[in-house]
Amino acid sequence: MDNTPASPLLEVRDLTTYFDTRLGTVRAVDGVSFSLQKGQTLGIVGESGSGKSVTCYSMMKLVPMPPGRIVRGEALFQGRDLLTMKDREINSIRGRKVSMIFQDPMTSLNPYLRIETQLIEPLLIHRICGRDEARKKALEMMDAVGIPDARNRIRLHPHEFSGGMRQRVMIAMALIARPDLLIADEPTTALDVTVQAQILELIKAMQREIGMAVILITHDLGVVSGFCDRINVMYAGQVVESGTADDIFYDARHAYTRALKKSIPSTQEKGKRLYTIPGAPPRLVGERPPCAFAPRSDLSFSDEEAAMESRFVEVSPGHWVEVHPSTVENYRDYLTA
Amino acid sequence: MTAPTDTSPSPASNPEDLLVLKDVRMWFPLGKKLFSREPEKVVKAVDGVSLSIRPGEILGLVGESGCGKTTLSRAIMQLIRPTSGSILLNGQELTALSDAELRTIRPNFQMIFQDPYASLNPRLTVFDTLAEAVRVRHPVKGDDLLNRVAALMQKVGLQPDQMNKYPHEFSGGQRQRIAIARALAPEPSLILADEPVSALDVSIQSQILNLLLDLVRDMSLTMIFISHDLSVVKFIADRIAVMYLGKIVELGEAVEIMERPLHAYTQALISAVPHPDPELERNRRRIVLQGDPPSPINPPEGCAFAARSWLPHTDEQARQPGAFREVEPGHFVEVHPATVENYHELLARGNA
Repeated sequence: MDNTPASPLLEVRDLTTYFDTRLGTVRAVDGVSFSLQKGQTLGIVGESGSGKSVTCYSMMKLVPMPPGRIVRGEALFQGRDLLTMKDREINSIRGRKVSMIFQDPMTSLNPYLRIETQLIEPLLIHRICGRDEARKKALEMMDAVGIPDARNRIRLHPHEFSGGMRQRVMIAMALIARPDLLIADEPTTALDVTVQAQILELIKAMQREIGMAVILITHDLGVVSGFCDRINVMYAGQVVESGTADDIFYDARHAYTRALKKSIPSTQEKGKRLYTIPGAPPRLVGERPPCAFAPRSDLSFSDEEAAMESRFVEVSPGHWVEVHPSTVENYRDYLTA
Repeated sequence: MTAPTDTSPSPASNPEDLLVLKDVRMWFPLGKKLFSREPEKVVKAVDGVSLSIRPGEILGLVGESGCGKTTLSRAIMQLIRPTSGSILLNGQELTALSDAELRTIRPNFQMIFQDPYASLNPRLTVFDTLAEAVRVRHPVKGDDLLNRVAALMQKVGLQPDQMNKYPHEFSGGQRQRIAIARALAPEPSLILADEPVSALDVSIQSQILNLLLDLVRDMSLTMIFISHDLSVVKFIADRIAVMYLGKIVELGEAVEIMERPLHAYTQALISAVPHPDPELERNRRRIVLQGDPPSPINPPEGCAFAARSWLPHTDEQARQPGAFREVEPGHFVEVHPATVENYHELLARGNA
């Protein structure tokens, strides 16, 4: 998708993950491609069920199989395909070169273990250093992520921390092996707005220090504006618009991206009704429609036009849009160009 | 533990107010250690809150986790009995009622919770859940009950033909609609919504907020809307109360609070809301509060916010108590060197 000369840190091509359920095959991720440069920040935005988390879980081979199966595609990380790797190989990458943090720090920390034990685990498992050295690094990391009184608090258990502090512990754990890529799946959704601001600043600061790339998954477009270099908007398992933050916020073309922007609470006017996207996200079972967004689109188009196949078009350098009569105005202009 | 300090110029209450809180305190003793000479520790979750709510009003209650907003709502609901203070609903003193008396007036105030996955009984169908709530006030049966449940479902935007389904068959937004229908069933006059949209996607949030606004208007309800997110509260609320460490630090009309916040904490809360404009976001200086709120077990002497405030103040000033003053008509703020700029001027204005 991106034709950049330097070889990217991560290149995902046509990633497709289905889940076989009793109700039929769910097309959770349906042909997703993107690339990420070293040190870059990518935001993946979409509603619940749009496939943003499954995209990242598939890459890391964290999708339970069955019921999940990766149908096709590749995910090249530093030139090697994560999807065809043996378990031993991918284990040497998880937590060392690629780390993840999740929405709810309480469920991702082990409540029985002191946070010291959990913090140094990645270093010991990957044999990066010995136990004493690891302890020293753990203390440094706790300082770096802004946990006061690290020397004493490292002996505590997760329940003795507040939500924001727990998320800091998670970040410390994810970054202790200095990964090349951090995948943050809704890292601030469970947190207060004030703490959300702290955590995003922290991820930014750590990114500058370590030089890692970041993928930030969120349902709130408002969060990513100042944070991301590039943004992928996902709908029904597909990337429907992809561009720089400026492309998405100043020059959004896809009807869904525009609707998402309009529904950000902070931009709406008081006294008026809040804008809502009509309809509900589609079920991803059964025959694939030509354009998944058509039933919710506010544009007008004929039945004949609705049956047209959609195309992914580069509308300006690096800015890609799924073009279909139901997704962009004057769709013909894009198809001839 | 010091005695209650300055609570004097609390927001004046009118006889027509629906709900009046006077100096409500909710303290949880932690128990004294045997043989310990130290005084018993107390968590001051809510520490002297005075508020009055007009009929038909939506009051937004904003603050971080642990500031006491949920404890306050539980105290209003009488789910826990407050340590001291008075809570008047329609002129009736709730704290003086026995459990049996409370039960008879409970239908008048209902609650909506944050997590619609946890607050609905998974073993009851939508019909069972709503029928139970309808029968609290109207002991009806058969077709009459069926019709009332169907009408409720329509009112919150659900299809009545789905009444025999179980909660797990609905999406998060739909479940929150069921929870709202259940709260409306006993025909309450006051609804307390505790973070009703925090667990939902942005696009679903707006639908639920619109629904709540419509219901309040159509059914002439009064609502207390609790949230940590000012960008959500600013829409729905007529007035906003900002809470910090068990106390209300700023109170006023929603537009006034959003456009002219005086308290440093309110300013930080507004500043924390991310702006959907990359250029603005890259260039602006956000007030990022350092650290967590202090513990309500041993709240710092004087101003609770001083330690996190960026306004210049001396240690001695920090130990002085703040004063809750009406600095503009209807706009109250905790005035203290660490919480507002030009505090001398504001203090004088409040006294006048």
